[in-house]
Amino acid sequence: MNDNVLISVNNVKKYYNNGKIKALDGVSADIKKGEVVVVIGPSGSGKSTFLRCLNLLEVPTDGHILFEGVDITDPKTNINLHRRKMGMVFQQFNLFPHMTILKNMTLAPMKLLKKPKEEAEAQALQLLKRVGLEDRANAYPSQLSGGQKQRIAIVRALCMNPDVMLFDEPTSALDPEMVGEVLDVMKQLADEGMTMVVVTHEMGFAKEVGSRVIFMDGGKIIEENTPEELFGNPQSERLKGFLAKVL
Amino acid sequence: MGPGPSELWNSIAPQWMLELPEGLHDFIYTLYKCFIYDDRYMMYIKGLGNTLTLTFFSLLVGIVLGVLVSIVRVSWDKHGQEMRNPVARFFFRIANAICKIYLTVIRGTPVVVQLMIIFFGIMATSNNKVLAGTIAFGINSGAYVAELIRSGIMSIDGGQMEAGRSLGLGYVQSMRYIILPQAFKNILPALANEFIVLIKETAVAGYVGLADLTYAGSIVAGNSYTYFVPMLGVAAIYLIIVMFFTWLVGKLERRLRASER
Repeated sequence: MNDNVLISVNNVKKYYNNGKIKALDGVSADIKKGEVVVVIGPSGSGKSTFLRCLNLLEVPTDGHILFEGVDITDPKTNINLHRRKMGMVFQQFNLFPHMTILKNMTLAPMKLLKKPKEEAEAQALQLLKRVGLEDRANAYPSQLSGGQKQRIAIVRALCMNPDVMLFDEPTSALDPEMVGEVLDVMKQLADEGMTMVVVTHEMGFAKEVGSRVIFMDGGKIIEENTPEELFGNPQSERLKGFLAKVL
Repeated sequence: MGPGPSELWNSIAPQWMLELPEGLHDFIYTLYKCFIYDDRYMMYIKGLGNTLTLTFFSLLVGIVLGVLVSIVRVSWDKHGQEMRNPVARFFFRIANAICKIYLTVIRGTPVVVQLMIIFFGIMATSNNKVLAGTIAFGINSGAYVAELIRSGIMSIDGGQMEAGRSLGLGYVQSMRYIILPQAFKNILPALANEFIVLIKETAVAGYVGLADLTYAGSIVAGNSYTYFVPMLGVAAIYLIIVMFFTWLVGKLERRLRASER
């Protein structure tokens, strides 16, 4: 296997209701180090399920996923150890409302990496500074705007020093005016060489930041290509139809 | 036998009290007879001590049982189908079945009956009435607390667990640091209510001769041939305890809520 491949997805299927609903119907893809893979598609196309399978929040019905060479779909694999290396950002932020921002960010490093409190807090503050929120360290999530919450959610995941970041429609729950600040942080992250898989409806982001774009529909990957090719020269009718509606 | 209450009263009461109008004097004499004569106030105090001990430890047992049972129930209902380890799956299937039987039986039978079954049956050889009472009321309370905590856990958005797991925290760690603290805050008023119900429920402990507050009141009533005043006293003590506790929980609630804004 190529050393450069970080995540290898082999013919993954996810069925619900004993196979009546096929959320993923045989998906294969390789995510290479440093790549920004953007997944687009209509709702119900399986793109979120695909992303959630990557860190096993959804357990595939069939198929294998290799992360850093380890088959994480093997029931004997301790998935918790591998999830530490896969940061995830959710549409609904999912900050912990009963903890301050600082606690949100230091919980996992302290409990899992056994970092001393001072070290974890210093790292958290540094990350907060990077996204311009160092003055909110002691605030509670309910005191923040949506854009601020999502930026915190991103740096909370970064506190574990992940090898890959998974974004599940990170801007879909935001007011339009706050989308930009979150995309800026993601762009900055991409520029620094972070491997990213992003499920999004932001075609501008896909074009500008994506190194590869995957178009999904009906639980299958219909097309994947560089953003220029995929948006400029779509091959399938379904992608053409999709792009005509969203662009 | 020492002197009777009326003899003693006439010898120790100050003169001005004896000269009060008859109704008022009788009332004061009744108070004396029910609370002071023969150190009867000690009976209430000892009874109250038993009631509080019984309630406190029963609640403790109830909360421990409740947390365990609710976690088994929630884990199985929410995640049983996804459990990948066959041993864990088998364990949870059995544990869930046991928990369901426990909830059905305990919530389906009166606590007095349970108390008597435990006291005269299972714990018949033990002389420790408070221990037997604690076990009976604890097991009873656990069933209600379990359903309370379960509703609290289910009220927390699924994204919270997912966020914890995505950071690499295990299921138990996510429960402990993320889900349960939030669930506890949500169910605090209902949990306080359970405590209030429990403290008054222990009034049936007298059925097995456990000298709780109510039992103490009835003993005094029997000895002094007066039911009305001792029972008023007992009621007042329960009321004060419950009011004090309600005030305490109110303070705690405000403190927990303060963290949210």
